Amino acid sequence: MGVFLAAEPSVPATPEWLLWAVLVVPVVSFAAIALGVRKAPRLAGHLTQGAVLASFALSVVALLDVVAADGGVAIFRHEWFTAGPLSVELGVRLDGLSAVMLVVVTSVSFLVQVYSQGYMAGDPGYGRYYAYMSLFTAAMLGLVLADNLFMLFIFWELVGLASYLLIGFWFHRPSAAAAAKKAFITTRIGDLGLLAAMLLIWTRGGTFAIDEIHELALTGALSGTTITLFGLGIFAGAAGKSAQFPLHVWLPDAMEGPTPVSALIHAATMVAAGVYLVARFFPVFEVSTDARDVVAWLGAVTAIMAATIALVQTDLKRVLAYSTISQLGYMMLALGVLGYVAAVFHLFTHAFFKALLFLGSGSVNHATNTFDMRKMGGLRKAMPVTFWTFLVGSLALAGVFPFAGFWSKDEILRDAWHENRTLWAIGLGAAFLTAFYMFRAIFLTFFGEYRGGEPPAHGHDDDAHGHLIDPAHPHESPLVMTAPLVVLAVMSVVAGVFNMSGVTDGFGRIVSGALPEAEHHAASFEWGIALSSLGVAAAGILVAWAVYHRRVIASSTLRSAFLPIALVLEQKYFMDHLYEGLLVRRLFYGGVCRGFELFDRYVVDGAVNGTGSAVRWAGDRLRMIQTGEAQAYGAAIVGGVVVIVVSVLLANPS
Amino acid sequence: MELTVLVFLPAAAAVAIGLLPSSRERWARYVALGASLATLALSLWLFARFDRNAEGFQFVVDERWIDVGAFDLRYALGVDGLSLALVVLTTVLTTAAVLVSFSIDHRERLYYACLMVLATSVLGVFTALDALLFFLFWELELAPMYLLIAIWGSGRREYSATKFVLYTIAGSAFMLLGILVLAFGAETFDIRALTALTEEPDTIVPLRWVFLFLLIGFAVKLPVVPLHTWLPDAHSDAPTAVSVMLAGVLLKMGGYGIIRFCMGMLPEQAHDYAVWLAALAVVSILYGAFVTLRQTDMKRLIAYSSVSHMGVVLLGVSALGTTGLLGASYQMLAHGLITGMLFVMVGLMYDRTHTREIARLGGLARQMPLIATGLVFAGMASLGLPALAGFIAEVTVFLGTFQRYEAAVLAAIFGVVLSAGYILWLLQRVVFGPVRHEWDALTDQRHWWEHAVTAGLAAAIILLGVYPSLLMDLMEPALAAIVERLPA
Repeated sequence: MGVFLAAEPSVPATPEWLLWAVLVVPVVSFAAIALGVRKAPRLAGHLTQGAVLASFALSVVALLDVVAADGGVAIFRHEWFTAGPLSVELGVRLDGLSAVMLVVVTSVSFLVQVYSQGYMAGDPGYGRYYAYMSLFTAAMLGLVLADNLFMLFIFWELVGLASYLLIGFWFHRPSAAAAAKKAFITTRIGDLGLLAAMLLIWTRGGTFAIDEIHELALTGALSGTTITLFGLGIFAGAAGKSAQFPLHVWLPDAMEGPTPVSALIHAATMVAAGVYLVARFFPVFEVSTDARDVVAWLGAVTAIMAATIALVQTDLKRVLAYSTISQLGYMMLALGVLGYVAAVFHLFTHAFFKALLFLGSGSVNHATNTFDMRKMGGLRKAMPVTFWTFLVGSLALAGVFPFAGFWSKDEILRDAWHENRTLWAIGLGAAFLTAFYMFRAIFLTFFGEYRGGEPPAHGHDDDAHGHLIDPAHPHESPLVMTAPLVVLAVMSVVAGVFNMSGVTDGFGRIVSGALPEAEHHAASFEWGIALSSLGVAAAGILVAWAVYHRRVIASSTLRSAFLPIALVLEQKYFMDHLYEGLLVRRLFYGGVCRGFELFDRYVVDGAVNGTGSAVRWAGDRLRMIQTGEAQAYGAAIVGGVVVIVVSVLLANPS
Repeated sequence: MELTVLVFLPAAAAVAIGLLPSSRERWARYVALGASLATLALSLWLFARFDRNAEGFQFVVDERWIDVGAFDLRYALGVDGLSLALVVLTTVLTTAAVLVSFSIDHRERLYYACLMVLATSVLGVFTALDALLFFLFWELELAPMYLLIAIWGSGRREYSATKFVLYTIAGSAFMLLGILVLAFGAETFDIRALTALTEEPDTIVPLRWVFLFLLIGFAVKLPVVPLHTWLPDAHSDAPTAVSVMLAGVLLKMGGYGIIRFCMGMLPEQAHDYAVWLAALAVVSILYGAFVTLRQTDMKRLIAYSSVSHMGVVLLGVSALGTTGLLGASYQMLAHGLITGMLFVMVGLMYDRTHTREIARLGGLARQMPLIATGLVFAGMASLGLPALAGFIAEVTVFLGTFQRYEAAVLAAIFGVVLSAGYILWLLQRVVFGPVRHEWDALTDQRHWWEHAVTAGLAAAIILLGVYPSLLMDLMEPALAAIVERLPA
């Protein structure tokens, strides 16, 4: 391993206004659309695209500044409010990590929004769609730019809101409304950890600032337990957003949202925010072995678990959804084995090829009116651009040389190999499954005979987005949709060049500059690791080809041979049943909450009404002594006076 | 002088309304609107002129009122940062309440007169500087509330109105006892003097009992579990505007009383019992949330969520620090606006559908997109979404309390997930889901007053969410003065 000795990085020359402008521009476009432009849907679309394009341009300038400064850090902060000793600041932080994220978010966002013009054409909620998209982009950029945990948390929740609104975009579908709620609540359970981490670090460390938290971790100013608890809280938040086991259950359901949303939010950017968060606080995980082990193992479990579920999905988008969960697990695994650069690099490459794959699936849906792969087949000829770009994306995801995913996945496996062989083996197993399920999807979707798609719904239907499609005769999507596919495909091929092990390391140097101890080890290329991962990828593709193209063995035979396993996978390890059926519905709602409700009604309020009845009852009885006879009253008065006098005398014996 | 006008302007409007001829029922609403706008403007003017750096009460009026032997009962009004913030909240919500009442069309004169008397009583509570005057304003609220619920309510309105009045009176009996014992011991009814005692007064019952009496009186109002069951009944059967006033400002009288009296006048006892307050707060937050999750009536759901959210106020108070108290006070303001808006949105839906049963609703985002948007917005604010008022309040409370009671705060933040649960469940069932064609004929929000109320409240909720200094800096000196007197 060659150690790169960096010259002391300098502060990027980016002016402060530029960073705030990156964030404010989409905020303005959101506000404008919400306050009226939504009634002019096309204008709303162009406004959003223009805003994101402007943010993209500014982000590129910022990234170039960081590169010019060799990975330096610029921080601008201002007091926001104080409450007693509590002091909260608003600040932006530009460094290699945030600059790369800015460019990823704005570029993918722009491409997705261009694509949406075609995909969402004619939808009655077109203006609303772009308002939400602007909101999302703004929130995501705020999350990335935040220089302290408090502000990060704010935007963290706001991306959650945008995600909620967009998953439930077709709100009259009960499944969409339910999925939106599920996503919000599941991620919020993780956010409790993040909130608790925030409370802990403020109470024990007296700061929210990212650089100061780094310092607290590295100097040992806080106890090891505190750092570990803080790290675990951060990871809990990350696990919710990034759909890590056991909080992954919301992401597949989130596919109820429009497909461009899945591409942008639930594949490329927001779900990667969890990985970003852990990377942002990486020094904490460097210091705390316990927290790091939790990250590594839950990441590994997530990677392999989601990959196995992806094997049996028949819905193209759900294959991609489980694949996303699996890849996010990969990134977490990388962070857990100290592979900071590898994780961020995989986040970077994955954003492009996963967005590409989702948009490709949307293009297929645009032609066939379905995501069910059993109703597809043979689309290769009808949709050549979609097919070729989808193939590029799949090769990148499967980690085939020289596509982008190869380089980033290779780095993760290499870091895992040096840290823990078991984790490496799990990663390699997941790599095999990844290649298999992606090519299963390719063969089912694009090869063989076309199986007719889904006939369009008849009669007046509120949901149908208005474009006229004829699933019986699938055709290629319009240029606004295919052009983004091509751009993303190009990125999926070339994105690896920024950090080819042993060849280039610019990405790693810049991103490492975000850490306080910025010595960066340029990665060396290790043939054994690379060849083993290429080997399993090739094997996965080959098996998929044999089963789903050559049909050496029928997939149904395969299924019945492994029936119990297949059932478990098809039921997603029964986790939805466990959570929704048993834990939430039975135990919590039907048990705990019902118990409290009954207690409230019969005991607490019962006591209140009981007091009322008792008073009335007593009143009825006491009425008896109000006889109206003066003698009786007089006797009572005399008796009362005697009692008072006696008790006063007894109380004061002197 | 300004405060006298502020407090009694609504009452004067009530008299004016009473003098309207019976053929002019409709004029009542415009008189009420004019009066509430005038008090709103006046309160904002005071807000602008308030000296944020000065300590103590400002705009003080202090006149001899009743002379009873040694006791000099005074007509004294004044505001510090805390009471001024609550005054502005009251004038804002009173205006909102008048506007949403425009759909009321029977016995309007009596209705608006009651609403105006209610406003005077609440403003009096927040500005009174004499403990007995405070108590009088406190009790004055009952009469209009009883009539408003019993005459213009729905459901079991007479039962609910009676329950509300009896429950409050039972609570205020304890409160009066506490005030009397304390005032006789300290030989003054002056709130300024009572909150600046240098040594403990010599009272006929131990001060910890006095603390308890006062606490019971205020806890009924806040409300604190298990003294809360009047609230869901009163809320759900009250007309919209009264629910807005009840949740928005009347509950805050309880929180204000705890801070001003229990904390301000009895610092030693507050310190001794703080841990019990924290425990009660956590019980209220979680118990309230659990029961909220089971509600099937929109208004009852919001009412129970108030129990949970007001637990956050008590939690912040129990921390005995400036941050916690500021958070608690901010939560009162935020909850006033947010829950006020929730009741407005539900009220607008009820005006049209005439049902509050969640099971009968659904898909209203299609027929009533604006009302649905308002409900989603208010719901998001209620579940503590950042950039909106409730988030700042809750996080400040948690940050202020964590050092003292880690376990209690961790339990309380679990309530944050539960609030997402009941709010999103409500939205899913009412706003989203399949369109129900039985509601096709209904109109969306369309009157100018409906737009004004929803837009105004939404703007205020955003303002408090993004510009916390506006009120934090206002309230901090007042609360810091209370904290200074608490034992470390």
